[in-house]
Amino acid sequence: MARTHDMGGRPTDEPLNTAEHALADWEVTADAMVIALGRKGLSGTDQLRRAIEDMPSDEYAALSYYERWARATETLLTEKDVLSHEEIDRKMAELEETWGVS
Amino acid sequence: MSGTYDHDHGHDHDGHGHDVTQHDPEAAERNRVPYWGKRIYAIRELLIEKGILTAEDVQDQIDYMEARTPANGARMVARAWVDPAYKQRLLSNPKAACAEMGVDATSLTEFVVLENTEKVHNLVVCTLCSCYPRPILGRPPDWYKSFAYRSRAVVEPRAVMREFGTELPDDVDVRVFDSSADMRYLVLPRRPQGTEGLAEEELAALVTRDSMIGVTPAREPSNTAVMAS
Amino acid sequence: MTATFKSGDPVRVKAEERPGHIRTPAYVRGKLGWVERVHGEFRDPEKLAYGRDGLPRQPLYLVGFRQTDLWPERYAESPRDCLYVDIYEHWLEPVGAEGTQQ
Repeated sequence: MARTHDMGGRPTDEPLNTAEHALADWEVTADAMVIALGRKGLSGTDQLRRAIEDMPSDEYAALSYYERWARATETLLTEKDVLSHEEIDRKMAELEETWGVS
Repeated sequence: MSGTYDHDHGHDHDGHGHDVTQHDPEAAERNRVPYWGKRIYAIRELLIEKGILTAEDVQDQIDYMEARTPANGARMVARAWVDPAYKQRLLSNPKAACAEMGVDATSLTEFVVLENTEKVHNLVVCTLCSCYPRPILGRPPDWYKSFAYRSRAVVEPRAVMREFGTELPDDVDVRVFDSSADMRYLVLPRRPQGTEGLAEEELAALVTRDSMIGVTPAREPSNTAVMAS
Repeated sequence: MTATFKSGDPVRVKAEERPGHIRTPAYVRGKLGWVERVHGEFRDPEKLAYGRDGLPRQPLYLVGFRQTDLWPERYAESPRDCLYVDIYEHWLEPVGAEGTQQ
């Protein structure tokens, strides 16, 4: 039985959407953060994959590519006690207030 | 792209719910940032505050990826088309052949170049995630990372290629490579017919990213290009 | 290097299900193929994924399969088509002379 991410040959009716989108700034940031953290030993290709694969399958299916990277990065950093979810919650609220969004 | 939304932009941040998009296009962008995007910005800020990362660490990686585009691979392919000895080096020792062309592939563990021939057409996929020769080609296209491509490329490669307008002759064998480990795969597409008079730069312009993944062949020269050479 | 298999050897992918991070796709498990290329030795991603050093290095092989063997009754394209996956030695078993399990 294949895990959610193990997709080779999975039956699908989904058409192939060949349209591309320019990366949003947050996606460019997520991409760079993962590599930068890898260089500090706080992430890594294999560790990130593991954290992505462990996510509940409905989340895996619903999140976009870089949303999965961001979520997995938070997973790794909290597992390693570098940051806590609560700290991230607080900082996110602070940023939202600064930007005037919710 | 700056990769940052600093606090001190000098904008008037009125958080009372009026539509900031009228006078502040960046705010419109910020309104579209999804939950996980905001989380990654928050994580970035916290890591910088704690001295775990610097803003330069992040910007360096942004700059590194911006410099990586399919043009790097295209130059190597064009050189292989005109120089048979280079082609042999590209096939037998790809990292060194990259370095010869000034393409920095040092962060790749190793990669393999797959030559398309009259009888064999190669196609690359990563069914488990999205492994891709990023140091050479830059970031992969959305479709390469899609569930549809990851599911279908291994079981119906020609049907997938057809969606890119590629129809292979019946006597061509298709080989699919699923990048499951440290090796990265790059397709060396066939040199199109009618390109004998083209300079190397003009040849490189025919080598598309999609042809180096394998979903399409290289572009045909336009009549204009051939006549101008 | 201490690789067990060499180019041209028939191999079978172990039909195991293991917990944790693995890089052997489900669709090749239990399937018969051949060693196309011996890549060398690399750190084990199944260990790297959990922050361990991935040592000792494992031999990694490019293993080829006939598409019609991977997808019996489903593969609708050319019977000469093949598929190749990079597989670590600990996922491979030798195959006897008549194609039976040793």
